[in-house]
Amino acid sequence: MGSIQLQHVNKSFGAHAVIPDASLTIEDGEFVVFVGPSGCGKSTLLRLIAGLEDTTSGEILLDGRDMTAAPPAKRELAMVFQSYALYPHMTVAQNIGFPLKMAGMDKAAIDAKVKEAAATLNLSSYLDRRPRNLSGGQRQRVAIGRAIVRQPKAFLFDEPLSNLDAALRVNMRLEISELHQQLKTTMIYVTHDQVEAMTMADRIVVLNAGNIEQFGTPMELYRTPANRFVAGFIGSPKMNFVDGAEAAKHGAAAIGVRPEHMQVSTSAGAWKGTVGVAEHLGSDTFLHVNVDGLGLMTVRTEGEKQLHHGDTVWLTPDPARIYRFDKDGRSLRAN
Amino acid sequence: MARAASTQRKVTVTIVAWVVALVIFFPILWTVLTSFKSEGDAINISHFFQTPWSIESYFEVQSRSDYFRHFFNSVIISVGSTLLALLFSIPAAWSMAFAPTSRTRDIMMWMLSTKMMPAVGVLVPIYLIFKTLGLLDNAWGLMIVLMLMNLPIVIWMLYTYFKEIPVDILEAARMDGATLGKELVYVLVPMAVPGIASTLLLNIILAWNEAFWTLNLTAANAAPLTAFIASYSSPEGLFWAKLSAASTLAIAPILVLGWISQKQLVRGLTFGAVK
Amino acid sequence: MATRQTRTLARFMMAPSVIILFVWMIVPLVLTLWYSFQRYNLQHPDRAGFVWFRNYYFFLTDPAFVQAIGNTLILVVGVLLITVIGGVLLALLLDQPIWGQGIVRLLVIAPFFVMPTVSALVWKNMLMHPQYGIFAWLAQLFGQRPIPWLQDFPLFSVTLITAWEWLPFATLILLTALQSLDEDQKEASEMDGANFVNRFIYIILPHLARAITVVILIETIFLLGIFAEIYVTTQGGPGYASTNLPFLVYVQALLNFDVGGASAGGVIAVILANIVAIFLIRIVGKNLDA
Ligand SMILES: Nc1ncnc2c1ncn2[C@@H]1O[C@H](COP(=O)(O)OP(=O)(O)OP(=O)(O)O)[C@@H](O)[C@H]1O
Ligand SMILES: [Mg+2]
Repeated sequence: MGSIQLQHVNKSFGAHAVIPDASLTIEDGEFVVFVGPSGCGKSTLLRLIAGLEDTTSGEILLDGRDMTAAPPAKRELAMVFQSYALYPHMTVAQNIGFPLKMAGMDKAAIDAKVKEAAATLNLSSYLDRRPRNLSGGQRQRVAIGRAIVRQPKAFLFDEPLSNLDAALRVNMRLEISELHQQLKTTMIYVTHDQVEAMTMADRIVVLNAGNIEQFGTPMELYRTPANRFVAGFIGSPKMNFVDGAEAAKHGAAAIGVRPEHMQVSTSAGAWKGTVGVAEHLGSDTFLHVNVDGLGLMTVRTEGEKQLHHGDTVWLTPDPARIYRFDKDGRSLRAN
Repeated sequence: MARAASTQRKVTVTIVAWVVALVIFFPILWTVLTSFKSEGDAINISHFFQTPWSIESYFEVQSRSDYFRHFFNSVIISVGSTLLALLFSIPAAWSMAFAPTSRTRDIMMWMLSTKMMPAVGVLVPIYLIFKTLGLLDNAWGLMIVLMLMNLPIVIWMLYTYFKEIPVDILEAARMDGATLGKELVYVLVPMAVPGIASTLLLNIILAWNEAFWTLNLTAANAAPLTAFIASYSSPEGLFWAKLSAASTLAIAPILVLGWISQKQLVRGLTFGAVK
Repeated sequence: MATRQTRTLARFMMAPSVIILFVWMIVPLVLTLWYSFQRYNLQHPDRAGFVWFRNYYFFLTDPAFVQAIGNTLILVVGVLLITVIGGVLLALLLDQPIWGQGIVRLLVIAPFFVMPTVSALVWKNMLMHPQYGIFAWLAQLFGQRPIPWLQDFPLFSVTLITAWEWLPFATLILLTALQSLDEDQKEASEMDGANFVNRFIYIILPHLARAITVVILIETIFLLGIFAEIYVTTQGGPGYASTNLPFLVYVQALLNFDVGGASAGGVIAVILANIVAIFLIRIVGKNLDA
């Protein structure tokens, strides 16, 4: 069991409210990702759940029990830190076994559990090494191993992959997802990488300046963003926004069109513009088009498209996929 | 050309440096050498290197003034006061490094200021209190005084070492279910071993050489080596060799420790103001 | 940073140290202050009573006090001059590439680890003794009459001994500071064609300024309390020629049993030391912010 509930949680450092008022219910077994720009309070929220910080007001419930005042040790949660936070003076085996030792388990049982965890994570041949003699990926696995041995109610990850190189990051991403399939334990995962968020999450929490902007499945966020911030944050490349007269035509203060929801033509269309930079990725081509009167827009077209700097193009947004926002940035639905 | 010039310069500098170093070291060197002479030969400087060497003086020192008893007093007092200081300072330094409040800084400054109080300012009451409590000439009494004297330095040194430990790791221990005690014993202390060791070393050196309280608060029983040596200040006949032997014995152990911990000395004695 | 719970725990972990240091500082200090207003002689416990500033009056007007203050200042300033200038020169020397640098360094810092009573005795007997000391032997070698150092120049001798003890400290600190001087900066100035004197004045000395200040302040704290060196060599004599403030207080308290007078002296010593301490604490405090 591992459901987590936040009820009107507020966290202030001095007069500065980092988390003004957050309420959230995470179901048992869910994989929830917190995303948001740097400094928006993701780590703070995670640390509140972990018990490493206490709330200024509001309650945190684990499995329905009020744990707001409980110290981290009592919450039965496991955390994987961005820096891994391995114990440098202990071997890999001792690192992984540490939570069990703290729980007062006897040596033989610890050994067995450590071996089991190490086998799952391909660490069996490194058990006697110290963390400094491991690669970044291996350290990451040890940190995960230390988290899983104790069978916690939930795992908390704070940007666990940000210190790894790109290729390794993709690998570890898959491993963590697989781990979640196997264990079916609640996981909360903090990242500012929206690709990680989209690919791993059952549900995503989008945070902005300490506020929960939206909480939903990746597809919900993609299809029906609650507001302009979420619309801009989810999806890559970013959504194009247009305001002014063009938006007024659609009865909104601003409209947004995703790069993948526009047709490109060299002969005719809604908006005329000039190709600035063309990024040919092979599978896709991203065109940065300077649209007359509307500014720079990004468009995604098929990879083989032969368009270059200086070419004149016409863009036509898919009318069913135009997002409309009111003057406060809230989404306007169903016109 | 350039290389030859720089080699020549290095030779010159080396010679100058060695001469200066030997002049500075000379009193110690001379003491050690003299300790291996007989009393008659010790003062015969003109023929110092022709006369025979002996270790006679060391035996005499031991039988005359019981070197080993004083040596053990020194060990007990310096090590004891240091361990006592660690007991108090590890938790305090943990607090200041990992759970600082707005007042932490002021508290640290205040601790530093207690270190600056001249001992004579409190000699009289301490002497009278110790007399009343029967702590005069008592190893425990001295241990407590030296512990208090050095506690600010110990706390400061540990604080600077603890500051270098990432707080993540302590938080990881908390997440892993460690109570505060276990966090200290299993994680913080093992990680800070080098820092704790050098703090320990410097503190032992300072306590070993402390010569105000040890002279004023001890007589026969608890007298450490500082007082043992001071008893040689009123000469009785020829005693150069014995004095040298006693001095060599008194400084040898700490000189070795001092050489080992010279780098930490800077950090400890300047409260981190010079790195 | 931390939860309320950790902060509460932190307070408990800090409390023992704070309390014992507070007691250690306050109780004796208050007692000293109290005694300093009392007529209190251990030999005449019957004649006790509150005497206002009488002790201060006697202590301050005692010619020995004036001399002791003078001696204290001479001792502190003398040792500071020798150790700071000597320390800078030695640090510059040891910062050069030399063969056996490690050993030279060990030799130079060794005196700091010698306990004060040993230093004083070794200098008194092995070096400065008018008959058997090395200095006497050297003097005779050059056909001079040996000088009874501790008799004729007691304060100078004590200053010399103390300077020998503290020179390593100054050297070590200044060398450490010097080594943190950016190698690039040194090379750049050499490329700019600055000669050694210019480099010393415009680059090295400013870089060392802070370390020198720290050395001066810390040494001052310790030097104001010099005791063992005098106790072992001259016992403050001849007369009061080498008596400093701590030694005078010691004489009053433990030799003359005049608790009141000694306490007044102690209070004066505390005031003097505090003046220095204020500056040192400022500097260290600034460092803490950085
Ligand atoms: N101990 C603290 N005292 C004061 N302010 C803090 C403290 N910890 C965090 N903050 C502030 O709270 C805000 C949120 O910080 P947090 O670390 O949660 O951001 P984040 O979303 O994790 O950012 P990042 O993606 O860069 O890790 C920041 O503005 C930060 O400056
Ligand atoms: Mg963060």
